[in-house]
Amino acid sequence: MHEILAYKSPSLLADIPSHYCPGCHHGTIHKLVAQCLQELELGDDTICVGSIGCSVFIYNYILLDTVEAPHGRAPAVATGVKRSRPDKFVFTYQGDGDLASIGLAEIMHAANRGEKISVVFVNNTVYGMTGGQMAPTTMIGQKTTTCPGGRCSDREGLPMKMAEIMAGLGGVSYSARVAVNNIKNFKKAKKTLKQVFEIQKSGKGFGFIEFLASCPTNWKMTSTDANDRLKKEMIPFFPLGVFKDLQGESK
Amino acid sequence: MARIFIKGNVAIARGALDAGCKCYFGYPITPQNDIPEFMSRAMPEAGGEFVQAESEVAAANMLLGAAACGIRAMTSSSSPGMSLKQEAISYMAGSELPGVIVNMNRGGPGLGDIGPSQGDYFQAVKGGGHGDYRTLVLAPGTVQEAYDLTFLAFELAFAYRNPVLILGDAIIGQMQEPITPSKPLAVDPFEGGSWRLEGARQREARILKSLHLTDGALAGHNLKLQEKYKRAEKEVRFEEFMTDDASLIIVAYGSIGRIVKSTIRKLRKEGYKAGLIRPVTLYPFPSQILKSLAEQGKKFLTIEHNMGQMVEDVRLSICGLAHSAFHGQLPGNLPTPNDFEQPIINALRS
Amino acid sequence: MSIYNDAIIAGFGGQGVMLIGNLLAYAAMESGLNVTYIPVYGPEMRGGTANCTVVISNEDIGSPIIKNPLSLIALNRPSLDKFQPMVQDGGVVIVNSSLVDMELADTDRLRIVGVPANEIADSIGNTRMANMVALGAYTRATGIVGLEAVQKSLEHVISAHYSHLIPKNAEALAAGAQTVN
Repeated sequence: MHEILAYKSPSLLADIPSHYCPGCHHGTIHKLVAQCLQELELGDDTICVGSIGCSVFIYNYILLDTVEAPHGRAPAVATGVKRSRPDKFVFTYQGDGDLASIGLAEIMHAANRGEKISVVFVNNTVYGMTGGQMAPTTMIGQKTTTCPGGRCSDREGLPMKMAEIMAGLGGVSYSARVAVNNIKNFKKAKKTLKQVFEIQKSGKGFGFIEFLASCPTNWKMTSTDANDRLKKEMIPFFPLGVFKDLQGESK
Repeated sequence: MARIFIKGNVAIARGALDAGCKCYFGYPITPQNDIPEFMSRAMPEAGGEFVQAESEVAAANMLLGAAACGIRAMTSSSSPGMSLKQEAISYMAGSELPGVIVNMNRGGPGLGDIGPSQGDYFQAVKGGGHGDYRTLVLAPGTVQEAYDLTFLAFELAFAYRNPVLILGDAIIGQMQEPITPSKPLAVDPFEGGSWRLEGARQREARILKSLHLTDGALAGHNLKLQEKYKRAEKEVRFEEFMTDDASLIIVAYGSIGRIVKSTIRKLRKEGYKAGLIRPVTLYPFPSQILKSLAEQGKKFLTIEHNMGQMVEDVRLSICGLAHSAFHGQLPGNLPTPNDFEQPIINALRS
Repeated sequence: MSIYNDAIIAGFGGQGVMLIGNLLAYAAMESGLNVTYIPVYGPEMRGGTANCTVVISNEDIGSPIIKNPLSLIALNRPSLDKFQPMVQDGGVVIVNSSLVDMELADTDRLRIVGVPANEIADSIGNTRMANMVALGAYTRATGIVGLEAVQKSLEHVISAHYSHLIPKNAEALAAGAQTVN
């Protein structure tokens, strides 16, 4: 008998238990980020800009030089980092409250300036860390602690489709939405994330990727039901796909 | 070097350039617009970066990002914009990041006016944002000093890994004086070799953060910050003017400090024995000199272009050892030497 | 010996008040003196009048803002109305007599120098140089800086685009100085 190595965890990923809840997609997305950076040999030259939300501890899991940005300001901080170190690979990792609510001005303008950074956006339709309040991406009818009767479009507006909004800005080279709820989507997500990173690596400008993610705890569901909800409710409203690819055009 | 005749705002921008500043992030607001305008040309010419940010919030956070890379970077604004920058300044102080922030104080509260004021003293020297932190605060009284203190601001920012504020006002920013520029510094493009971010090649990853959740971590961090502020006390700077034989010590900073000098000169000719301490560093505050003057039995009069802010620090410094009066020039009114004659005479007679 | 003078220079927006303030300050610097220049803005700026304050000394200068100046250059009537009462007794006031009725000048209290600045400038070639004529008169009347130093400083304050106008401006400065006995 001898052992066969079936899967090797990326060395950029810390070998420690995470604080994420069972069924949360952050861990999976962290792994994808670490794998893609490693496969593109970017780890040694990467500066990560963390944000505020459940992923505030990203630096505990992905072993990169990291600076913590105030809530919503990661794209501004990343602008400062990238302008200082154009030779380095710079990405932000932000949730929906951080990016689409309090940080909307920063993401819109960093994108519109075409900052040569990559943005990993995790949309789980809820404020996770603070305990499940309504987010700008909360679905119509979805109950949260601050819309206990369900989000109502008359009162709270419609969920914001950030990948599409980003695609409409001049400075954006690439914008896509992916999910990691099943193996098929996971594989596609990895390919797309790599694409986003390659755009920065080749100096082509601003790349944006939105991950649809589950939050079983705040959705008050089992992990499998949460995955099911993601498929049946989120994907029809937040379609997966590439909304802009200037790299593809230039080829 | 030959003297050049420039505005206070331009002196600060030029000072930053000569001190090796390589990144400037700004947003338009009167009366500091000469700074971003100068930098929009100067930074690209110096191989640096200029970004007109979408807001003061963003500009200050860009400063945070650049600071994390160990580069000399600066932002500037005026009072309403400074309120917006406080978030990033607090994070920078918490994450121990060096950066220079300029406030050309205008009248407040709210939108106030675009004239000079010292209404942001508390905000500048007591932290300004949330949490227990301090920024070092330099208050130029001349255009030459505005230039020179910008060099010092960068030096202190990196020496203490802390945000440093330059607190001027519409007078210092808009007035022109001859200055003698220094030789531009040749600084390393990236400083802070032991902490800056550049990718974790061949070493452990570095984390620049202000969040400390584990047991005792935040207490330890706060203690470390307080020890740093204590160490910074040796950076105190002030100007002493005609204090030796004075029975009244006037304490005034920045533009008011220099305007009061004119009043003192005039009153001296009439036999009034007044002198001046002009704090150049507002944090650390020149407490020792004030205390020793109080011990000599001198009286005090604090004059500010606000309704009484620095006077609290003066009173803390002199520990009740001497009589301490206050005169506030109302923000919105332009100060002239005449305005201070009667208050000084009254304080001398009290 | 202590050298000191301060001046408020005032007129309509567009009369070149800031330009001659700058020019005077520059000439003072080039003469080795200390100098401050401040455009005074605020409510008084409304209504189209402009003014600036220049302080010149061989010593350290305290206030750049002066309430009771030693001298005044009034290029129009509102400027004379506003600032003449503030000038110290015996102070020098250059009045642009082309635009201001000289009967308004307080000859009892002040040393009034009436200069038909617009006419003189016009005769040299352009009314817009009236500011230079007035400054020329000021330098001669106060003696704080030499006419030559002011003329030499023109190249520093007139933008390159208008550098061909420097000789005419120098002439206007000289013509202004000549009106003062």
